[in-house]
Amino acid sequence: MKELIWLVPLLPLVGFLLISLGKSYFSKSLAGIIASALVFGSFVISLGVFFDVLHGDGKPTTVTLFQWIATADFHVNVAFLVDSLTSIMLLIITGVGFLIHLYSMGYMHDDEGYAKFFSYLNLFVFFMLLLVLGDNYLVMFTGWEGVGLASYLLIGFWFKNQPYNDAAKKAFIVNRIGDLGFILGIFLIYTTFGTIQYSGVFGGALNFTENDPTIVAITLLLFVGAMGKSAQIPLYTWLPDAMAGPTPVSALIHAATMVTAGVYMIARSNLLYSLSPDTLGFVAIIGGATAVFAATIGIFQNDIKKVLAYSTVSQLGYMFLALGVGAFTGGVFHLITHAFFKALLFLGAGSVIHAMGGEQDIRKMGGLKKYVPITYMTFLVGTIAISGIPPFSGFFSKDEILAHAFEVNPIFWVLGVLGSMMTTFYMFRLFYLTFMGTFRGTEDQKHHLHESPKTMTIPLVVLAVLAVIAGFIGVPHVLGGNHWLEHFLAPVFKQSEIYAHGHKLTHATEYVLMGVTVTITILMILFARNKFVSKGFVPADDSVKQGFIPRLLANKYYVDEFYNAIIVKPLNGLASFSYRFLELKGVDAIVNGAGKLVVFISGQARKLQTGNTGFYIFAMVIGILVILALNLFNK
Amino acid sequence: MGTLQAIPLNHYIFLSVILFSIGVMGVLLRRNAIIIFMCIELMLNAVNLLMVAFSAHHGDGSGQVFVFFIMAVAAAEVAVGLSILIMMHRNTNTTDVGFLNKLKF
Repeated sequence: MKELIWLVPLLPLVGFLLISLGKSYFSKSLAGIIASALVFGSFVISLGVFFDVLHGDGKPTTVTLFQWIATADFHVNVAFLVDSLTSIMLLIITGVGFLIHLYSMGYMHDDEGYAKFFSYLNLFVFFMLLLVLGDNYLVMFTGWEGVGLASYLLIGFWFKNQPYNDAAKKAFIVNRIGDLGFILGIFLIYTTFGTIQYSGVFGGALNFTENDPTIVAITLLLFVGAMGKSAQIPLYTWLPDAMAGPTPVSALIHAATMVTAGVYMIARSNLLYSLSPDTLGFVAIIGGATAVFAATIGIFQNDIKKVLAYSTVSQLGYMFLALGVGAFTGGVFHLITHAFFKALLFLGAGSVIHAMGGEQDIRKMGGLKKYVPITYMTFLVGTIAISGIPPFSGFFSKDEILAHAFEVNPIFWVLGVLGSMMTTFYMFRLFYLTFMGTFRGTEDQKHHLHESPKTMTIPLVVLAVLAVIAGFIGVPHVLGGNHWLEHFLAPVFKQSEIYAHGHKLTHATEYVLMGVTVTITILMILFARNKFVSKGFVPADDSVKQGFIPRLLANKYYVDEFYNAIIVKPLNGLASFSYRFLELKGVDAIVNGAGKLVVFISGQARKLQTGNTGFYIFAMVIGILVILALNLFNK
Repeated sequence: MGTLQAIPLNHYIFLSVILFSIGVMGVLLRRNAIIIFMCIELMLNAVNLLMVAFSAHHGDGSGQVFVFFIMAVAAAEVAVGLSILIMMHRNTNTTDVGFLNKLKF
C-alpha cells in the first residue's frame, strides 16, 4: 500500500475542495457523509501502510511526489517518509479523525454552518497528515502552519460571538511566537547541514559532539516551536481559550492530534535532541513544570471543557517530560493513549453539553448518570484511563514515563506523581460532579436531558474500548509483556540509544514505583469520592468570595492578566503610538505632501496656457531658435 | 539649366531666408487670420524655392518632384484652412485671431 501513500493526504484535501466549493449544490447531510467517507478512505489506506511497515524490514521508505523548490544549492521535494512512527501517527489521525467526523454528524446537526464545519475538519486532517508525512522540515512546517490555520478557523467557527473570535486570534498569535522559533530552527539546520531533509540532517548530525552549541541552538529553537503548538509553559495560555470552538474540534485538534505535533516533531528529531543533553534537560523541566502547573489550575475550574483543557496541557507536559528524559517511545506511547482517552473525554463532555442544551458549568449538572447511561459509562472509562488505574491504557504509558523519569532524576518522578495525583483528583471531581448526586440545573434543562444519537454514542464506545486496550501495545517487561511498541519504533530511535544516560532500574524498584503511584491514585479517588459524593460538596458560586489560593487557581495564577500587562498592553501602546504619530503625522504627511506639491506646481504651470495662439507660436519659434543656436554653437 | 546656373546658389538661399523670415514675422505679428494664412503659404513656398534650387544645383530631379507633392498638399491645406476661416467669420464676425482664446485653463 506504500505506493498509495499520496492518497492519504489527498482524500481529505479533495473533501475540503469538494465541500467548500460545492456545498450549495448538494444537501447538507451529504457534506458530512462525503467528509467522513474520505477520511475513512484515508484510514483504510493508512491501515494498509501500517501493515506494510509492520511486515517490512524496518527501513524507512521515501516516496517523492514532485520537486517543490529548485535553486542552485537548495532543493526541496514534496516527499513522504514512511516509517513506523509515521504509520502510527497516520492511524491516530485518520482513525480518531474519522470517529470525530462521525460524532460531528450528530453533534453539529442543527448548526447552520454544517457543511463549512466539515470542510474545515477535512482541511485540518489534510494538513495534519502532511505534517507527519513530510520527509523534510519544510513539508512539516507547511503542515504545521496549515493545522494552525485550520485550528484558527475552527476555534472561531461561531465567529458571531466576539470572545470566540478573540480566542481564535489568541491561539493564532501565540502560535506565531512558537512558529518563529521553529522556522529559525529550520534556517539554522539549513546553514549547518546544507539540507533540511531528515536523513541528511541526521546523517550530518552524527559528526557533531555532544552539546555542540549549534545543535543546542537548533534544538532549543525547534522546542520553542513545540512549546507554542503543544501548549507548554510559557506559551500554553491559548489552549484553554481554544475551547471556544465546537467540542469535536477540541477533541480532534486540541487534544488528540494537533497539540501533539510538538511531541511528534521532537520524537522525529530525536537524534538532534540526544546530541544535546542540555536541551533535553530543559525540555524535561518545562514538561514536568507544565504537568504540575496546569494540573493545579485544573482542580479549581468549573467549566467542563476548561478542566479537560488544563488536563490536556498537563498531559502534554508528561509527554515532554518523557522526551526530556530520553524516553522517546514513552512520549509517543503516551501520545497514543492520550489521543484515545482524551478524545473520548472531550466527546463525552460534548455529549453532556448536548444533553444539557449548551450548559458547560459542572456546578449546574449532577446526577446525569441515569439520563445519559452510555456517556456515563464511557466517560468513566476515560476517567479511569487518564488516572492510570491498571490495566487501563493510561497506566502503562504514564508508568513508563515515570519509570524513565526516576532513572534520570527522582525529582522528575516526584513532579510526575504530584501531577498524576492532581489529575486523578480533578478528573474524578469532574466525573462525580457531573454524573453523581442530584441534578442541580433548571427544570427546563431537566426535561431536555436525553442520551445522544447513535452517531455520537458509537464513536464514544469505540474510543472507550481503545482507551481500555491501547495500553497493551506497550506492556513493560516487568509485568511480563514484551513492549511491542518499543520494538516497533526501535528503528526510528535506534541512533539515539547510544546517547542514553539513564541506568536501568531493577524490577524491585519498578514494582515499588508502580505500587506507590497506583496507591496514591486510589487514595485520591477515595478522597474525591468522599468529598463530592458522600459529603455532596459543590464548588461555590463565582460571587462567593474565596480564600487566596482557590482564588489564585480559579483565576489561572493571573497569567493571562500578567501577559496582558507586560506584553499585550505595551504592544498595543506601541501600535497606537505608531498609528497616531508615525502613520498619521509621518507617512501620511509625506504621501499627502507629495500630492499637494504636484497640484501646486501644475497649478502654476497651467497659467502658461493662455489660449492666445500668437503666444503659442511665439514660444514655438523661440524654441526652434534655441535648438538651432545650440546646434550651431555645439559644432 | 544654363540660365539658372548663371545665378549663384547663395542668392537663392538668401531669397528663401528673407521670404521665410517675412512669413515668420507675419505669423507672429499679424492678428488677421487671412494674413497669417498667407504668411504660412509664404514660408511653405520659401522652402519650395530652396528645394528647387538645391535640386538644380545637385542635378538631382527628385527634389523638384517633391515640390510638386508639396504644392498638391498645400492646395488641399488651403481648402481646409479657408473653410475654417469662413466658419470663423460666420461665428465671430471677425478674422482677428485674438478672439480665438477660449482654449485655456
